[in-house]
Amino acid sequence: MTAKGRNFLGLLGLAVAVAFLIFAPLSFHRYGIYILSQWAVMTIAAIGLNLTLGYAGQVSLAQGAFVGIGAYSAAILTTHGWPLIAAIVLALALCFAIGWLLGYPALRVQHHYLAFVTLAFSTLAFLVFRNELWLTGGTEGIDSVPRPSIFGLSTTSHLRYYYFCLFVLALVALAVLGLVRSPWGRAFVALRENPIRAMSLGVDTRRYVLMAFAIGSALGGLSGALYAPLVGLVEPPAFALTLSFNLLMMVIVGGSGYFVGPFVGAMTAVLLPEWLRFLESYYLILYALLVMALLIYSPTGLVGIIDRFLVHRRTKAASAARAALGASIEAKAP
Amino acid sequence: MIKRSASFGGALLLGLFVAGGGAGAAETINLADVAELSGSGATVGTNWKNGVDLAVEEINAHGGVLGAKIVVTHADSQSNAGIAKAQVQKALDSEPYALLGPGYSGSVKVCEPLAAEAGIAEIMGGEAAELTRMGNKYVFRTSFGQQSSMPKIGKYIAETLKAKTAAVVYVNNDFGRGGHDMILKEFAARGVKVVLDDSTEAGQADFAADALKVKNANPDVVFIYLNEEESARILKELRKADVKAPLVGETTLIGQKVIELAGDAANGAIGHVGLTTDAPVPALKAYRDRFYAKYHYVPDHNGVKGYLGVYMIKAATEKMGKLDSKGLAAALHGLTITTAMEPNILMDVTIDENGDLDRESFLGKVVDGKQVITEVLPKLKN
Amino acid sequence: MANFIALVIAGLATGALYALVAIGFTLLWQTSQTINFAQGEFVMLPAFFMLAAMNFHLPFWAAILIGLALSMTILGCAFKKLLVDPMLKHGVLPLAIATMALSTFLKESVKTFYSAEASPFPSLAPDADLHILGVAVSWQNLAVLVVALAAMVALQALLNRTRLGRQMQAAAQNPTAARILGVPVERMILLTFLINGALVALASLLISPIYLAKFTNGETLGLAAFVAAIVGGYNQIRGAIVGGLLLGVVDNLSAAYVSTQYRGAIPMALLIAIILFKPNGLLGRAEERTV
Repeated sequence: MTAKGRNFLGLLGLAVAVAFLIFAPLSFHRYGIYILSQWAVMTIAAIGLNLTLGYAGQVSLAQGAFVGIGAYSAAILTTHGWPLIAAIVLALALCFAIGWLLGYPALRVQHHYLAFVTLAFSTLAFLVFRNELWLTGGTEGIDSVPRPSIFGLSTTSHLRYYYFCLFVLALVALAVLGLVRSPWGRAFVALRENPIRAMSLGVDTRRYVLMAFAIGSALGGLSGALYAPLVGLVEPPAFALTLSFNLLMMVIVGGSGYFVGPFVGAMTAVLLPEWLRFLESYYLILYALLVMALLIYSPTGLVGIIDRFLVHRRTKAASAARAALGASIEAKAP
Repeated sequence: MIKRSASFGGALLLGLFVAGGGAGAAETINLADVAELSGSGATVGTNWKNGVDLAVEEINAHGGVLGAKIVVTHADSQSNAGIAKAQVQKALDSEPYALLGPGYSGSVKVCEPLAAEAGIAEIMGGEAAELTRMGNKYVFRTSFGQQSSMPKIGKYIAETLKAKTAAVVYVNNDFGRGGHDMILKEFAARGVKVVLDDSTEAGQADFAADALKVKNANPDVVFIYLNEEESARILKELRKADVKAPLVGETTLIGQKVIELAGDAANGAIGHVGLTTDAPVPALKAYRDRFYAKYHYVPDHNGVKGYLGVYMIKAATEKMGKLDSKGLAAALHGLTITTAMEPNILMDVTIDENGDLDRESFLGKVVDGKQVITEVLPKLKN
Repeated sequence: MANFIALVIAGLATGALYALVAIGFTLLWQTSQTINFAQGEFVMLPAFFMLAAMNFHLPFWAAILIGLALSMTILGCAFKKLLVDPMLKHGVLPLAIATMALSTFLKESVKTFYSAEASPFPSLAPDADLHILGVAVSWQNLAVLVVALAAMVALQALLNRTRLGRQMQAAAQNPTAARILGVPVERMILLTFLINGALVALASLLISPIYLAKFTNGETLGLAAFVAAIVGGYNQIRGAIVGGLLLGVVDNLSAAYVSTQYRGAIPMALLIAIILFKPNGLLGRAEERTV
């Protein structure tokens, strides 16, 4: 297959996926729409983490906490009558700033220390969510978070809110795609592949890593700001360390460092348990086993498998072409 | 990468979200249960589920409800309100006869508007006071609720023990926080001064610091609102710290499990006993034996709640005389179910207009390693 | 003052448990760069092996031996062969994620196949208090402290005083050089996994009478061990011990004198402070890996 043909097929696939995301929910039950909205929201957080992890090579165990900060920002502001867009701006700015402050000392010392610092931060954030009653409502959290009105249209119906989330996801995807294709993004990758060489080539590694982490955290906040109106309730346990672990798992299972990794990873995390529900109480056991098996088979995740398969086919096609060429040359030879 | 794998993403999605079961066939009653089967509430949810399953099995073995067999499906909320909402949505899409669960108050809060919108009765396990105060006509408790039990305890502490000061030790989660807020309100109303307000963690192992704080506060009475395992640990530490004030709590302070675990340290502890298998009611003891025979452990109060939820549905359905899902909520309101009508309701109970329950309860004390009932507390309304 | 001493002793007993768990965590990191997020669940599980053995009417000591053997086989050997070995060549991260999945697997399996309830567990120490200098200390706490410290001393002696121990150190510090010098590096790595299996079984035996055997036990414990290891210096066994004990004491003192609501925050603040000012931990040294 020619490169043009592959591109065409890829674009076709993309068109089918987008068409599906736009039109299929029209025939879904409310449950299906709700689950798809959850997927869109979680995907945004996973895209952010993928930026930190997959492109800058830093492990963050605080993405769940950033989702929490975003969710609380949205819940607090919108229940006080502010529009959701104000909350989104605040969540982005707040998480970006906290990410920067958190990453600065950790990355100053040693790269992998970011994982430890973010772990501690997650626990601290949970305690603040739970203990600061005046702000967060404590264990009971904040309920009746309203759905926003977009251009005067209420999004109380699941379907409208889903389209809103999908729209934000599309914006995020385009922005991140632009980012990773820019010289910036290439610097991120250089950093992950070989930090010492990147440094010797004059890339200010610390600033890039910090930037990747701060942007990734801000996307976590954005995801949280969409989560709060979706569920209607924010409470501390939803943003405990488990969420950070789950998001990390989504990114790795999808395939970290691949642009579509987080989409696929979030899809697996949201849908695989649904498929396995017929197993009733065994479904989480099997889910955990599948994740382990997948990582043993393909540490680069699900997208890694497809990537490997395509590369394999391409090399096979190339060697077949070479063989054919050789044969034709031989045939021409007298 | 986007180009290569987008088609894969599309393939993954296709063929999903096939519409759920649809309306049940005429001869079955479909109940949808959403419970905390994993995550922090797994013990709560598992007890609830087992109680539900036992009730369904018994009812079906005796010919069902009005000749119809009950079919129950269980879904896991993972102790997370967002997932609970999804699962309840899914359950409602399949148009069940009634909804069972969830058990966490936060999860109930986001789910009950959905049940009301669908006109389906939700028989839930949440304890928080506000759950039945939001004007929702479709939500029902299976337990006493903190708003009924705490006034009884507050009255006992202020009037019988004549305490002027109290220390409050509570577990800072969904379960403990609500009880804490209710008892503080009671204390304020009755002029009992709170000299220590101590928050503890779920699963906390070391209560040395908490016991010390209680001792230094030197209260007339200590109110303890923790889960069974933590109750046993703090009882031991309080004895070690030589705290002499009376220790008062809920069912979870003087349950059989606590006495087993805390040994001598449990002696003298006083508790309000609602609907648990420790209550001095033969029907409850018999229930405990049936439960134990099936699951090989003694159920906690969540096990009783799940069981009763199913029998509440049965009693209301039999009162209507027909399988009318939309009429179920109305039939439950104001219903008094006596053990004469339905032996497996275990104790006479009245469901009021808000979906709250009213029934007798007891005051117990641990004497020589045994729970002794000292007082029968009547229904609030007769 | 008596209060303070009582708090410190109770804290040391809890801290000794953290230390036991943290040592195993450090060992695995040392020899095979395995960050084991399932370490807490590893401590939760052996108690259930022992309970299951007792359900077959075996005496307690036999159940302990069976628990120990199963723990070393499954959490030591099988863990290494089935999960760590195939994944190690792909780097630290996928393996760390796989251990997260493993922790879910272990937790859910115990919940589904054994019980979601907390089960009482027999105690080696009598359930009574000892009064020293006006301070009441429970025998259980004392037993935990003594057994945990004895295990650590024995482990240190093994590593520093025996040929086997020195081979293990060599394998951890510089596998390539050790291999050239004829140290069976693979066997040494396996040995550290077996030691971890034995340590978690011991920890399980010590905590289960106090915590009760429950499928969720690993959640707080694993995190505490993780923090203890980093605070102490996660490339040193001594570091894990100091980190664990410190964490136990700090937790109690902060609950008593700072805030019970934020008792979980103080160890985390400590962790961040250590990373800022003493990045290799209290006892760790830069660029050095010793067991």
